[in-house]
Amino acid sequence: MNVAKVVEDLAVDLLRLAVVELPFDVKEALQRAFQEEESEVAKMQLKAILDNVELAEKERTPICQDTGLIAFYVRAGACAKGLDLMEGALYNATRRATKEVPLRPNAVNPLTRVNSGDNTGWLTPYIHWEIALGDVVEITAFPKGAGSDNMCVLSVLTPAEGMKGLKRFVIDAVMRAGAQPCPPNILGVGIGGGPDVAMKIAKEALLRPLNQANPDAELAKLEKELYEAVNMTGIGPMGLGGKFTVLGVNVKCAFTHTGSLPVAVAFQCWAARRATAKLYPDGSIEYITHKVVR
Amino acid sequence: MAIYKLNTPISEEEVRKLYVNDIIYITGTIITARDQAHKRALDYIKQGKPLPVSFEGLAIYHCGPVVSKVGDKWTVVAAGPTTSTRMETLEYEFIENFKARVIIGKGGMGRRTVEAMKRFGVVYGAFVGGAGTLAAKAIKAVKGVEWLDLGVPEALWILNVEDFGPLIVAIDSHGNNLFEEAIKRAEERKPLIYEKLGV
Ligand code: SF4
Repeated sequence: MNVAKVVEDLAVDLLRLAVVELPFDVKEALQRAFQEEESEVAKMQLKAILDNVELAEKERTPICQDTGLIAFYVRAGACAKGLDLMEGALYNATRRATKEVPLRPNAVNPLTRVNSGDNTGWLTPYIHWEIALGDVVEITAFPKGAGSDNMCVLSVLTPAEGMKGLKRFVIDAVMRAGAQPCPPNILGVGIGGGPDVAMKIAKEALLRPLNQANPDAELAKLEKELYEAVNMTGIGPMGLGGKFTVLGVNVKCAFTHTGSLPVAVAFQCWAARRATAKLYPDGSIEYITHKVVR
Repeated sequence: MAIYKLNTPISEEEVRKLYVNDIIYITGTIITARDQAHKRALDYIKQGKPLPVSFEGLAIYHCGPVVSKVGDKWTVVAAGPTTSTRMETLEYEFIENFKARVIIGKGGMGRRTVEAMKRFGVVYGAFVGGAGTLAAKAIKAVKGVEWLDLGVPEALWILNVEDFGPLIVAIDSHGNNLFEEAIKRAEERKPLIYEKLGV
């Protein structure tokens, strides 16, 4: 198999899937919110979201015009062939997808603000690598819009502030964000590590599907508690008031220094776009987040 | 909660009838403008230069669309709203000078713009953030594009629309503001939320 070509084609596919079709778990959560929402205005926002999702899926056009800054998460089996070619393939895929899907060219030089026109640039798309056992490569395309990413916050609390400080920090972050990150949101909360790790795992927490419980009972409890508390704010869909400010809260933890408590909150808008597939050594592909009929 | 269908040009009288929670659909012309276009438009006034297109009685849309071009024909592929607060420092003067009647965006706007809306008779129609395909469906044609040198998202896209909406009147010309109400309610509930979390 020509790995570079296969990975490039697959990544174009994943980018297209991500931006035109939401994963099952997100669609389900939006439908449930629509059914359970009581205020008329909030119901209407969710209805428009669901109509939009359906229309985008049917017409194969982007759900949202902000098709994001592109990132990939790659879980590479150490024995897989052609790992050295993948970075180039993912860059090429990004350029092609920008033209073919199309994606909005969003990547700019941070100093001059000049747009590259093809969604690539220094460290863009950013590739998060993880080495795994075996010979399977799992690739996730994760385009992230600015509206919600602009609300991400990080704080290094003192151990004395502890869990209380952490919970307050999450609530305050949601209140400050208000309508801007296109609620209903999914929150990724990263706790521990150094500050860099806290934000990294907050983002990774967003990759966990909404219908998949946290395997750690303590963390699952914290997630539920934060979910209920955040929804008590009543900020609601699009910040116009309602029961669903968030669809879920996902927490991920790392051990941290005895003198430190980093906490990061990553905001994901309702257009929670991610698409994952596994590539096997014989070139066959298994789509994880989407049903793909060929 | 009443539903209104408005045709551009929209008059001040029509706008003054609208209150928060009303729903509007717009038919006619809307023009996209983001930060860069607002800045340039205000620079033009300082220099005494006319704008390439008139906003009078129309809707300004805070939006950077995804477009495609076949031959010389532009098509809008996805065109949901962008965060309106980025235009906050520029909108008062924009409204005052260019006499648009509706601002379409997401997330609402600040005090100064709300003041301008009251004074000059303008409403803020919230379109569902991210609903890019739904918006594109109501856009029947691209009538023109100006200032394309600012880049595709920042250019002025002059769009022919039919029943563009649903837009919730989230800020009306009487000083009511749904976003502010929601945040105020949340602030009031905050002690209760802290208490529930035991913090
Ligand atoms: S926050 Fe998300 S849904 Fe809203 S405009 Fe940005 S990318 Fe689209």
